[in-house]
Amino acid sequence: MRVVVAMSGGVDSSVAASLLVEAGHDVVGFSMQLYDQRSGRESFGSCCSLDDLQDARRVAAALGFPHYIVNFEAEFREKVVRNFVDEYASGRTPIPCVHCNADLKFAHLAERAAGLGATVVATGHYARVEFDEDTRRYRLFRAIDRDKDQSYFLFPLTQNQLAAAVFPVGHLTKAEVRDHAERVGLRVARKPDSHEICFVADGDVPAFVEKELAESPHDGAIVDSEGRTLGRHRGLHRYTVGQRRGLGLSAARPLYVLRLEPALHRLVVGPREELTRPTLTATRVNWIAGHPPETPIRATARIRHRHADAAATITPDGDELAHVVFDVPQLAVTPGQAVVFYAGDEVLGGGWIQ
Amino acid sequence: VRIYLDYNATTPPLPEVIGTVTRVLTDVFGNASSVHSFGQQAKAALDEARGQVAALLCAEPSEIVFTSGGTEADNLAIRGAAEALLPAGRRRLVASGIEHEAVLSTFAALERCGWTTTLLRVGSTGIVSPAALEAAMTTDTALVSVMHANNEVGTIQPVAELSAIARQHGALFHTDAVQSAGKIPIDVKALGADLVAISGHKFGGPKGTGALWIRRGVRLVAQSTGGRQERGRRAGTENIPALAGLGTAATLAQSRLPAMSAVAERRDRLERGILSAVAGTSVNGDSSARVPNTTNISFDGIEAESLLIALDLEGVAVSTGSACSSGTLEPSHVLRAMNLPQPRTRNSLRFSLGLSTTTDEIDFVVGVLPALVARLRAVGRPALAAR
Repeated sequence: MRVVVAMSGGVDSSVAASLLVEAGHDVVGFSMQLYDQRSGRESFGSCCSLDDLQDARRVAAALGFPHYIVNFEAEFREKVVRNFVDEYASGRTPIPCVHCNADLKFAHLAERAAGLGATVVATGHYARVEFDEDTRRYRLFRAIDRDKDQSYFLFPLTQNQLAAAVFPVGHLTKAEVRDHAERVGLRVARKPDSHEICFVADGDVPAFVEKELAESPHDGAIVDSEGRTLGRHRGLHRYTVGQRRGLGLSAARPLYVLRLEPALHRLVVGPREELTRPTLTATRVNWIAGHPPETPIRATARIRHRHADAAATITPDGDELAHVVFDVPQLAVTPGQAVVFYAGDEVLGGGWIQ
Repeated sequence: VRIYLDYNATTPPLPEVIGTVTRVLTDVFGNASSVHSFGQQAKAALDEARGQVAALLCAEPSEIVFTSGGTEADNLAIRGAAEALLPAGRRRLVASGIEHEAVLSTFAALERCGWTTTLLRVGSTGIVSPAALEAAMTTDTALVSVMHANNEVGTIQPVAELSAIARQHGALFHTDAVQSAGKIPIDVKALGADLVAISGHKFGGPKGTGALWIRRGVRLVAQSTGGRQERGRRAGTENIPALAGLGTAATLAQSRLPAMSAVAERRDRLERGILSAVAGTSVNGDSSARVPNTTNISFDGIEAESLLIALDLEGVAVSTGSACSSGTLEPSHVLRAMNLPQPRTRNSLRFSLGLSTTTDEIDFVVGVLPALVARLRAVGRPALAAR
């Protein structure tokens, strides 16, 4: 079977490719060029740089399968970067990785793969997909390695997308992945993980957003929840809900960002106890099964990548919305982040926090 | 299956060339600038190669400057002439929009240094019109640079007419003959040029070799300084084994020019085969004034990058546009300069054949293409529409 592997040049996708080669598949490596690499252009970030593309190429050469670098500059800009900037401009805190997965890798890349006769695309994601013979549907699960689990970033995948997705390292721990890479002699075995937003140079999100928006940031007031002015801010895109550092305020008690009010250019801050929310509403909800449950469900809900999911009752509201009521109010419910619903290890669905 | 149809990118070195390079590398290690017998031996090898290259161009050996390839030859021609004519107040440089990057990027670099550059529009035939050049000429034009044959669509430019126009206006004329050398006869005097660049690896020679023909009496400012090699026009110890290989390749290329008509027949067989087997295909550029080995074909509704990969996975090597630093593809600047509608700058493939391309290989390619194209067309193409 011909399988296209999306290769970032990191150890996870390299090992994914290696496992597929060992399983006897006709592996074709694809690396996405996401921005202009010509010299003289300023560097764009830490992922999929020329060096990473080179690493992917060398891994493919070492494992003996063809590798191509495909140009996704236009798609990346449109599906990922523009959304990222727009979200910040609207006072939300985006997760570009979700769009990169659902709108790029398992959309454009999968389509390219299909054009080459490859019905599946493999990535180095830590997650698991299984086909349920009884329901004839695909199910999405957390990775075996709970610490590395990336299922949160895959919640918008449709049944068709899951049918085309293979996650070879989802059954392994990170340590096992590195051991495998070492054993087969992959040069990326000890390459450090990437953490930052990959396309933002030096992790400086505010500078990136300002440059992309091509307009000077709008400053405004920092107020408490009673509306009393406490200070000034230098643009709402510098802040996210729950943020404590960088407010430039002196107060008797630590203050946190409670919410962003883009219409008024106001940043509302307050003490930690005001940061909790008992409920949230999710929009553009995707149910992995393909349709919402008919009655409210008990599940756990995760409101950001590094959040221990919390018990909640989830009530679908049509195909698009879901209302989430936590058993215990949660800190820093952040608009623009995803809320993902789990039943144990299984991803039931998710949506965007309103 | 491994079928190579990318001879315009590079050619396999001919066995005789490998023989020459190996022999000279083994037997001749002297420095051609040395006075002693070792140096004389090296100088003799170099002289022989110079004579062989001159013969390919119908030129004098003393007019040949060896370089590291076509790009360096273009750089020396353009930068050398631009600098030499600066004191005369000639600050304008003219080229066609379908030149190789070696010319276009050099123009861009000189523009940043204060020269004015003009790029001539080219019609959908891919042929530069003499009238367009005439209209672009000014009294301060130092140099006109128009390639002999285009690398992507293979069109042959009316160099003799164009060079005459340049001469009437007192400008020098350079032609990048990298894609014509070894494919069609070159007579530098008939071309009426002042400067002609060629590259060894495009006609069976080693990579890293090239030459610039400089008409006797034309003064260039050297772009590398050091020793007095190449009559002071290109400093640096000569790569004798590789240049000897270039000489052998030049001799063979000249003797094999008559065989290029057979290559043209296979190219035409390929072209006819594709046009009839695959719907929605058309040839880009003029199909008569063309080098014999090249065809450039548009495939409606597909992305050239994907078809190139699909063919490669079947063992067939072709190309499109020009690769950028990471190896991905950019829309072809040549097809854009030819004013082709935007999809065609992204859905066109170049097939370039060589003397060793067989009819069986052509038939194999024509055989596999329809299914590959159909599969690509079957998946939706929002990616293409998004552009």
